[in-house]
Amino acid sequence: MRGTTAQQDLIRGIWRENPVLVQMLGLCPALAVTNSVENSLAMGIATFFVLCCSSVLVAALKRFIPHEVRISTYILIIATFVTVADMTLEAVRPDVHKALGAFIALIVVNCMILGRQEAFASKRPIGRALLDAAGTGTGFMIALVMMGGVREVLGAGTFLGVSIFGPSYEPWVVMILPPGGFLTLGIWLLGLSWWQKRRAGDGDAAPTDAIQGGGA
Amino acid sequence: MNLPRLIVSASPHLGGPVSTPTIMWNVVGSLLPIVAASVWFFGPSALAVLAAATAGALVPERLFGRRGAPGDGSAVITGLLLGLTLPPGLPLWMAFLGGAFGIVFGKLVFGGLGQNVFNPALLGRAFLQAAFPVALTTWPVPGQDAAALLSTNLTAPLMSVDLADTITSATPLGLMKFEGTLTDVPALLFGTTGGCLGETSALLILICGGYLALRRFLDWRIPVSIFATVAVLATALHLVDGERYPGALFMLFSGGLVLGAMYMATDMVTSPSTRRGAWIFGAGIGVLVVVIRLWGGLAEGVMYAILLMNALVPFIDRITRPRVFGTVPTVPAEARP
Amino acid sequence: MSGAPPSGTSAPGTPPPGTGAPAAAPPVLEEPHVPAWRLFSTLGAGGALAGLLLVFVFQLTQPAIQAHKELMLQQAVNEVLGAPERYDTLYLVDGALTPELPDGVDERTLDRVYHGFAADGVPVGFAISASRPGFQDVIRLIFGYDAATGRLLGMRVLESKETPGLGDKIEKDAAFTGQFAGCEPPLVGVKGGAGSAPNEIDTITGATISSVTVLRAINDAVAHWRPALDAYAREHAR
Repeated sequence: MRGTTAQQDLIRGIWRENPVLVQMLGLCPALAVTNSVENSLAMGIATFFVLCCSSVLVAALKRFIPHEVRISTYILIIATFVTVADMTLEAVRPDVHKALGAFIALIVVNCMILGRQEAFASKRPIGRALLDAAGTGTGFMIALVMMGGVREVLGAGTFLGVSIFGPSYEPWVVMILPPGGFLTLGIWLLGLSWWQKRRAGDGDAAPTDAIQGGGA
Repeated sequence: MNLPRLIVSASPHLGGPVSTPTIMWNVVGSLLPIVAASVWFFGPSALAVLAAATAGALVPERLFGRRGAPGDGSAVITGLLLGLTLPPGLPLWMAFLGGAFGIVFGKLVFGGLGQNVFNPALLGRAFLQAAFPVALTTWPVPGQDAAALLSTNLTAPLMSVDLADTITSATPLGLMKFEGTLTDVPALLFGTTGGCLGETSALLILICGGYLALRRFLDWRIPVSIFATVAVLATALHLVDGERYPGALFMLFSGGLVLGAMYMATDMVTSPSTRRGAWIFGAGIGVLVVVIRLWGGLAEGVMYAILLMNALVPFIDRITRPRVFGTVPTVPAEARP
Repeated sequence: MSGAPPSGTSAPGTPPPGTGAPAAAPPVLEEPHVPAWRLFSTLGAGGALAGLLLVFVFQLTQPAIQAHKELMLQQAVNEVLGAPERYDTLYLVDGALTPELPDGVDERTLDRVYHGFAADGVPVGFAISASRPGFQDVIRLIFGYDAATGRLLGMRVLESKETPGLGDKIEKDAAFTGQFAGCEPPLVGVKGGAGSAPNEIDTITGATISSVTVLRAINDAVAHWRPALDAYAREHAR
């Protein structure tokens, strides 16, 4: 991880090490709240905000945080920003806040965020930590919108509330219900891995050094 | 590569005259009378739904499956069985989608024929039920105007059904659950009730399935075990509270139980391979069917009962594994409680 | 903490050397030893700062959140009481309804109804909220009830997670929600064919459980509130 350029720090999390689609982190919100593009975006923005603020603060304070209590301190920092995001969203968009329910508060235990603090922000300068957080947060948002897009278009016939197929569209109810989340994630992973395999088979096989992980 | 051309393969090393395609096409053949009966009851729209479901199953099988996979007949069975579990007036695009979903997510993602955990036809049915709950629970009355049914069949892809001019009726199970009225057993046996294409005439399905059982293309233990479990449980409950719980004959011949027990549960890939396992598997389905029908939120539970027991098949096979010939009959270590 | 470096000063909290691990203990990570007070003070300071920030944000956002909640409530009450001129909140204290809050009682813990008045000060009826587990999750609703005539004025579902396209018709289908005004509880669900009797409600096809849940929630709430409402009306008339 040492010796990466600033550009790499930013780009990495967006696609090649996408938290949801490659690292399989943060699956809980990715499955739970992506039943519409709007909810996905709101969740993505909230997570982006929390991730960036926490990473900057952790990178700034890393010399003052004793090793023994670092995890508790990270959680404290993350939880603070999550609560800020929670209250702000409730004040600005009450309807979206209601739709996301407990999942905003659950950003605290999104292991993707804690993972970035432990693996990156606590070891690197502030600027790099911010770039990394921005990249990862963007990647998370992209993955969420990919999920939310498919689910909203099929499940409600709309994209961001705009009707696509006209009024007599028959919505695929299952797609906006919880099983639809698993189905959509499975379809995306299937498609992406098929595409990657095809690309690798074309010639210069790009080694897939994806980090295998798991968790909610 | 300069290796000797020595074929090393797992057993069996002896081939029999009965091949997979033979069995599959025999099953298809035995389904034809049931298909004919559904056309008799519901007119050309039955044929249209069955054709759409079968086409939906064949297209992905041809596109993504092994070469020649459509020829073994298994996708045709999936399509026909799915079609038989659908209501006659269903838009054809939904039937097609269900067939495609069943084959892709029920079979191909597991690696094709023989690798799948769940019965593909039922998986397609479960997807349709979850995606389009209204269309899938709209049951036209048998023998009504064929043209009206066809017009709902021909709804444009992705568009919703206009149900205004369809005469619908509740299924016998729906009547039992939500209105507390029972349908006569003879009506159930001969199929003059509302319901999906293939769940109407229990007698015919029993005859066709019996043919397959005689030819050993399905394990007779599974349907017998299912019917026995349902009959015993239903009789016991009926004796406890005859007002609330219907008798055994109604439970046996209503809904999709006969079709499910004869054709879905006995799918060779997704049912246990041991004899004791077949008994356990059938009993599990029987218990689940009764539980879901009588105390669940749904009127019919055969589909979920079979899918749930499909998931348990690997474990059933494991605990009922016969001992290796010539060894001391002991319980394998991992199967002890 | 007990797995902290064994050598070095015995800070409070670390076990005295020599009790547990003998000299042959496996090598531990070379970490600079941090005294416990620093750990506590770090967390304490962090917590205090976090608290300060949260209080600040809370002050900023609370007015908007409260305003929205009140607006939603007002809309709901207006709808089920047919746009009354004003409404009072009546709290249930010791089995009786009272507009005043008793001292030292948290307002949020009390059950309540909303008493609506028309422009000329004539009482219209009560808005009562009710809830009951439906097909998926708890259905919360509010309905208007005229205690004098015993008839409903309207019904609105506040919160439900019923199946989209089927069960959620209890919320979205005007043909269902519109039936409640003028009905007389206890309500009875009927299938197909609008009820002619004043207590019959046409249930939604394919969503019997969700529909019946709404009826039962209203029936239970009416039975629950009836004595208190009557008592209040008597007292008010005197």
